[in-house]
Amino acid sequence: MSRRKRASIGTSSSHSGYWANAWGRLKKNKSAIVSLILLILMILVAIFAKYVSPYPYDLQNPAEAYQSPSAQHWLGTDNFGRDILSRIIYGGRISLFVGFFSIFFAIIVGGILGAVAGYYAGKIDNILMRTMDILMAIPGLLLAITLAAAFEPGLRNVIIAIGVAEVPFYARILRSSVLSLKEQEFIEAARCIGASDKRIILKHIIPNCLAPIIVQSTLGMAGAILSVASLSFLGLGIQPPTPEWGSMLSNARQHILNYPHMVVFPGLAIMLTIFVLNILGDGLRDALDPRLKD
Amino acid sequence: MANKHFLEIKDLSIHYKTDSGLVKAVNNLSLNLDKGESLGLVGETGAGKTTTALGIMNLIPDPPGIIASGEIFLEGENILMLNRQEMRKLRGNKISMVFQDPMTSLNPVMSVGKQIAESIQIHEKLSKVEAEKRAVDVLEMVGIPGERFNEYPHQFSGGMRQRVVIAIALACKPDLLIADEPTTALDVTIQAQVLDLISNLKREQNTSMILITHDLGVVAEVCEKVAIMYAGELVEYGTLDDIYNHTKHPYSIGLFASIPNIYSEEKRLTLIPGLMPDPTDLPEGCSFCSRCNRAVEQCKVHNPALVETDPGHFVRCIHYEEGGAL
Repeated sequence: MSRRKRASIGTSSSHSGYWANAWGRLKKNKSAIVSLILLILMILVAIFAKYVSPYPYDLQNPAEAYQSPSAQHWLGTDNFGRDILSRIIYGGRISLFVGFFSIFFAIIVGGILGAVAGYYAGKIDNILMRTMDILMAIPGLLLAITLAAAFEPGLRNVIIAIGVAEVPFYARILRSSVLSLKEQEFIEAARCIGASDKRIILKHIIPNCLAPIIVQSTLGMAGAILSVASLSFLGLGIQPPTPEWGSMLSNARQHILNYPHMVVFPGLAIMLTIFVLNILGDGLRDALDPRLKD
Repeated sequence: MANKHFLEIKDLSIHYKTDSGLVKAVNNLSLNLDKGESLGLVGETGAGKTTTALGIMNLIPDPPGIIASGEIFLEGENILMLNRQEMRKLRGNKISMVFQDPMTSLNPVMSVGKQIAESIQIHEKLSKVEAEKRAVDVLEMVGIPGERFNEYPHQFSGGMRQRVVIAIALACKPDLLIADEPTTALDVTIQAQVLDLISNLKREQNTSMILITHDLGVVAEVCEKVAIMYAGELVEYGTLDDIYNHTKHPYSIGLFASIPNIYSEEKRLTLIPGLMPDPTDLPEGCSFCSRCNRAVEQCKVHNPALVETDPGHFVRCIHYEEGGAL
């Protein structure tokens, strides 16, 4: 198996050098690989929640309420006697989904706005970036709360609410990278071989600002997971009985002194996810920059 | 009159609008270049050499730059009249440029092979695979083994990178190559190699070339024609022999005098006193007059025209003007 894997990497490196090289460098970073494996595991568990979780997430059993971790309920049960492990597994679906798609939304929208603002400069730049400044002046969570409150609570609106709050960050990163990159000689050289604006932005500028974007997006994903937890904690996010880590925390906080396991495990799940994303983001930054010598 | 020259620049003036005033970077510059010929464009820093080159590429950054007047004909077609798309087709295909610093003129996150293939892909309807195959050939043409196709610029030395830059410029067999101080960032042995490479490839592909440099030695080695620029103007222009052996303009004479000579032992090199005038405030008369040892009163008010003293040898100096104060 491992030999086959190596062989396939060998051939791919001769075709698509950039990604194969990045993968080669990422492999050397043990903590990043561990994080990647953990993240993939989390995603798989979330996707196959139906088969992995020991109980349905909404199965109430008042007779077994407030149980501490045991062989039947590995992470104990909550005030309705629901299995916490199952709820965390299902909750991961929401957190990862929202985290990924809200950042995806923010990168696409913010990236395009930032790249256009930086590349064309002048009036367009001013209009776009002042709008971003206005968005940035409102605290991200407050903006998300406002948007979530304005629309009805629900998965899609939570994604948009969190995504919109993140847009200005990506717009700024991309704009500043583009501003410094477009003055560089290799961009002028690209213009000299007759490359179009679109080609220059897509092939020369974007790959050169990938590193800060990837780092920001893994950090942002962690932030988004926290935001969705906060929104749910406030009751504006995912509505019960759908489990979500933040709403689990919110729900358990009345019992924190008597039954701390109800708070600890969802909290740990949030922490672990964010930790893994941060380590992976760091590793990716190093790996994606071919200028860093091996 | 028909445009019989391959490249013909007529009365080109390029200005930059800045907060401190109008910078007159290039003023009424006229040049001709025939197919396969090389022209050395010599001048000190700020004389407008690179601006001229960018003008030919039609890549003057706008704003702040504007082409105030003039025409540039390439094979009889005024390229300043072309729209953006037509101009893009020309760049890299008919005209290409080699930049000064190979450290910054390559994209650091794109393999060198891909960068060469890119130029081929833009201009020729080839599949990615075919373009990359051609790129390997081009890479080998500049003396880099094809196996290094997938390597990144940081894995190459300065001289090798400049070869890659040359490979990109020559990938589509351009008719005109503009080399903007291609050897300034390299050490002397590599300079010689790169110059040899450029002149050999140029000869093979019958490419015309404009070589921009400070180095009169380099020009003597590679070019047939020389143009000396000062404060955005041509001051002397002619064949290699005209300029090197029959130097006429006081500025050119000063330039040659400031080069160390291995035959004579001198403690100090001769220099031209003073600095080039501020391009936002060029003098009314000859722009060189404040530094010129042959300046006369009239120089301050009268900017002489470029006059042909011998066939093909042009000088802009009052002493050679008809009826001038010789």
